[in-house]
Amino acid sequence: MKKLINNADDFVRESIEGMALAHPELIKLHLDPNFVYRADAPVANKVAIVSGGGSGHEPLHGGFVGMGMLDAACPGEVFTSPTPDQILAASKAVNSGAGVLNIVKNYSGDVMNFELAAELAVSEGIKIANILIDDDVAVKDSLYTQGRRGVGTTVLAEKICGAAAEQGYNLKQLRDLCRRVNLNGRSMGMALTSCTPPAKGSPMFELGEDEIEFGIGIHGEPGRKRLPLVEADEITEMLARSIIEDTAYTRTLREWDENKEEWVESEITDPNLEKGDRVLAFVNSMGGTPLSELYIIYRKLAQICSEQKIQIVRSLVGPYITSLEMQGCSITLLKLDDELLKLWDAPVKTPALRWGV
Amino acid sequence: MNVTKQQILDWLQAVTQTISENKDYLTELDAAIGDADHGINLDRGFQKVVPQLSQLETKDIGTILKTVSMTLISAVGGASGPLYGTFFLRASTAVTGKEELTSTELADLLQAGVAGVIQRGKANLGDKTMLDALSPAATIFAELVAKGNTTVDALQQAVQAAETGMKQTIPLVALKGRASYLGERSMGHQDPGATSSYLILKALLETITSDSKANKMNGVK
Repeated sequence: MKKLINNADDFVRESIEGMALAHPELIKLHLDPNFVYRADAPVANKVAIVSGGGSGHEPLHGGFVGMGMLDAACPGEVFTSPTPDQILAASKAVNSGAGVLNIVKNYSGDVMNFELAAELAVSEGIKIANILIDDDVAVKDSLYTQGRRGVGTTVLAEKICGAAAEQGYNLKQLRDLCRRVNLNGRSMGMALTSCTPPAKGSPMFELGEDEIEFGIGIHGEPGRKRLPLVEADEITEMLARSIIEDTAYTRTLREWDENKEEWVESEITDPNLEKGDRVLAFVNSMGGTPLSELYIIYRKLAQICSEQKIQIVRSLVGPYITSLEMQGCSITLLKLDDELLKLWDAPVKTPALRWGV
Repeated sequence: MNVTKQQILDWLQAVTQTISENKDYLTELDAAIGDADHGINLDRGFQKVVPQLSQLETKDIGTILKTVSMTLISAVGGASGPLYGTFFLRASTAVTGKEELTSTELADLLQAGVAGVIQRGKANLGDKTMLDALSPAATIFAELVAKGNTTVDALQQAVQAAETGMKQTIPLVALKGRASYLGERSMGHQDPGATSSYLILKALLETITSDSKANKMNGVK
């Protein structure tokens, strides 16, 4: 293992300490329990947005804390979800009284820890909404698995909901908006190499020189299938087709019902992509793939979308939701309407995403 | 024979020891079908339980178990943190204020804990999770106790049921948790959560039987 670290056990703490030192005007750091929060939190009358998950996906989530995006982010150990006491402390630190929206990636650990945190927050009188992101089309059905994983759409949901919170959306409006973003976003990823968590010291899985892992999540877990390495255009074609040809997906998701004060399950189905749709195209690096290669992927993706009469109206290209140093990429297509487009364009000022200010 | 508060404290000490001894084994099992941290995470959690045990000697069993729950919830993370945290939380509310437990009360404790795990994890029996060891054990323990078996007898059979359930996870395809993404690739591996659950129940049996043996040798009935 060759890494720029001091001690594997200090990896997460030293990394967030460095980030806080680099961006003192934007974020503050609380240690033990660990969370990164907006320097000006709590923002009066604004619903706070709290997210979090295992570390190793940087800049997600800490890099997205700031005006127009997250109010707080809770980093867990590498690829391990944060704990409820951590999430509760972050929620209390940023809650203005207008409530807290949790944006949670659909992994069993994240889901359970955020659910426990939500129950604790409610017991302390904090208004909570809890929305799961499950946009990974690599997982075919939810009947025989934990369901689709939360990947690229998470970044887009945090940006869009962050803008809406800034514009005064209330907790219920934000919950509905976040659910809508999730239903309209779909992602697919692949890996050229594995990655090595510092505490583990060895790669998460073995992948031959001429092999790729197709349909990966973001924790270095193996994907849907292993394939021989082919050209970038062919890989882009496979990723894009998986998303575009994905049929309507129905899943049962659990959300907190603030009137009943209990978890309620509802079945929701997302719409297919259709000709004439406007989308945001997000080409993401898994950490080790350079921007030059991402643009080669984007080039082909733009061609495919044009052939399919899917209109790309916004793009995001870069490393935003990563798996440590893994080489590979993911594509996310988010169907946009006027409201989502306006919120995407709204100003944002965070360590990793910044425009309009 | 009632289970005393001291036995509950000894059990928690024994759990910490067995998890620590099996840390690498649990992590290896997890590496095959999960993310290779089950032993590490559980060990981190129980190591934080132990220093609190001496301060808990004056507290009731419910409070002891609740403290274990909050410690695991804040220290373990992953999925096993909230699952075992919920197990001990619900177990604690089933025995609030108790200084010792009748066999029926121990049955209530186990069943409440298992119900919490089901509610939190939404798993079913046969999904290749910790439930496959916990649930049959709690069920058979309650059945035998209701029939009048002693705590030790019932617990012996409950631990056997947990062991059988654990071994039966080997051919199963995982339907919950991170292993579920592997689909059929999860077959042929023993579930790490079912394994740690078996170890926790086995530690309870060993704590109670070693005490009852010691009592017999000392002539105490």
